[in-house]
Amino acid sequence: MKMLESLSAFGGLVLLRDSVEWEGRSLLKALIKKSALRGDQVHILGCEVSEEEFRGGLDVNINSRLVYHDFFKDPLNWSKTGEDLPGGPLDVLRAICKRTDPGPVTVALDSLSWLQLHVPCTTLCQTLQALSYQYSSPGDNSSEEKVCVLGLLHEELHGPAPTGALSSLAHTEVTVSGTVGQAWVAHILYRRPGQLPACQTQWFSILPDFGLDFQKGPPLEPQTHLGPRKPEVDPTAHLTFNLHLSKNEKEAKDSLTLPFQFSSEKQQALLHNGPGQATSQIFYEPDAYDDLDQEDPDDDLDV
Amino acid sequence: MLAAPARPDWLPSADFARASFSRALELCCSSASVVSSTSPSGPGPLFPDLRMFPELNNLLNTAPDKAEQGRLTLLCDARTDGSFLVHHFLSFYLRANCKVCFVALIQSFSHYNIVAQKLGVSLTAARDRGQLVFLEGLKSSVEVFFQTPEEPHPLQFLREAKAGNLQPLYEFVRTALTPGDDGEAAWRCPVLLVDDLSVLLSLGLGAVAVLDWMQYCRATVCCQLKGNIVALVHDREDTEDEENDILLNGLSHQSHLILRTEGLATGFCRDVHGQLQIRWRQPTTQRDRSLTYQYKIQDKNVSFFAKGLAPAVL
Repeated sequence: MKMLESLSAFGGLVLLRDSVEWEGRSLLKALIKKSALRGDQVHILGCEVSEEEFRGGLDVNINSRLVYHDFFKDPLNWSKTGEDLPGGPLDVLRAICKRTDPGPVTVALDSLSWLQLHVPCTTLCQTLQALSYQYSSPGDNSSEEKVCVLGLLHEELHGPAPTGALSSLAHTEVTVSGTVGQAWVAHILYRRPGQLPACQTQWFSILPDFGLDFQKGPPLEPQTHLGPRKPEVDPTAHLTFNLHLSKNEKEAKDSLTLPFQFSSEKQQALLHNGPGQATSQIFYEPDAYDDLDQEDPDDDLDV
Repeated sequence: MLAAPARPDWLPSADFARASFSRALELCCSSASVVSSTSPSGPGPLFPDLRMFPELNNLLNTAPDKAEQGRLTLLCDARTDGSFLVHHFLSFYLRANCKVCFVALIQSFSHYNIVAQKLGVSLTAARDRGQLVFLEGLKSSVEVFFQTPEEPHPLQFLREAKAGNLQPLYEFVRTALTPGDDGEAAWRCPVLLVDDLSVLLSLGLGAVAVLDWMQYCRATVCCQLKGNIVALVHDREDTEDEENDILLNGLSHQSHLILRTEGLATGFCRDVHGQLQIRWRQPTTQRDRSLTYQYKIQDKNVSFFAKGLAPAVL
């Protein structure tokens, strides 16, 4: 239960993998809220949605702690306002990591997929790797200068090679999924250097204020079957033919002996041919021309 | 067969009443064949809803007078033709008194006009009064090659040898939909309609270039001007088109509403033309809501019903 909560407590890259069906931005905002409440400096590189939409739903005091870098409105400088380019998202990321003021920092990349599509994969991986290398030395318990990077990755947009490269750089991967009910499911893969990877499945739900509510197990089955049952439709009603038997017909049917049933009465009748039994006999008077030759009854032997 | 069908479980009662009322309207209208095409601004005397597909409005829980704003609606079709949705939204937003910029790359103006007239809207009149800005891709693309305009043409990318970008097209949309200072008639909200995006990939653009153009349009039309965008993308499931998949999935992640039409898996059917899946993607913490219906396209209307409950097959 603590894995999902403490994702942003360690430095390095955390991958949040989502899909069209199960979006991960809500979880990203929930984790950002946790970091902000913990006192981290929180930077957001917003490339996919507007700042207004990203900040929507978060409390005012949380929003005031977020430093938003807007790469959504004019990422390619089409507006040509003549101002100096603020620098691409990677420059901002490197600048955040080189800052001199102490304190833990959380950086949210919304989204890593956008960066993957616009920046050469090697450059992106090198930048992220420099981050992880700097802050994930084992035994380093000081959280003074850690930088945690939460990267939102849309699974369907990338082939296996870029996804594999990014996941090898991340110490934790969280795949967002869900069930038919209301609960979300996070499949967490946690890699600690020098240890075996650990997997965990965590059911949770996200509250309207982007708080996280953890659940112990899968949600209960929806209670629809306890509702009033629909009246069963009788398929034998309103037929144009008669399916029922009258009382006499039923009795006659029940008393009928089937030809293949071997009852004791039948056995006795067969064993003892009673006097009332008529045995059949054949009477034949041969004609004058009949030649009854027992050795050649069909008269076709050429002898 | 005009008896009202038994109440299906999938439809809440108020919508069911509206749906059966509009079905009765459509039956009356098809026999009377009254369509007003000259006065789209005011409601017709007897048939107020004959401007778009009323049943689709019921399913989407929307109406011209209460259209939401700031939304990206993605239309997607697989193994079938989803262009009837484009015609629906075109007449819906014109009826809703919105300013519409239609980037029409697939068909000619007269084609859309003929279909719109069946739905009771005149595109010629809308264009003349400034409500509709129509970019006819088929005609404009020829102009790009045989004229050398001073300003970059919206479809300038057709002339570029290397992979281009859609900045001139973005400037065209922005100029068309940004309200001018001359005090023109105040339209409700701007709407960008694109038919369709997949053809841009066929014309040599990359998926990232098209996604960037859509992002700039979203920033301007949806966020800044509080308008709506409706775009059609084809889903070519059988061909492994990576660029198209990136475009489709990338836009799906950014959409508020996804309408996906599919042909039936069992093949062509005379009475059921396909299946429509409606997915609401809320940008909140609630999970998506998804509904599936089957439909039949008629001359002037599209009728929707639950799976397996088409009137013709019951």
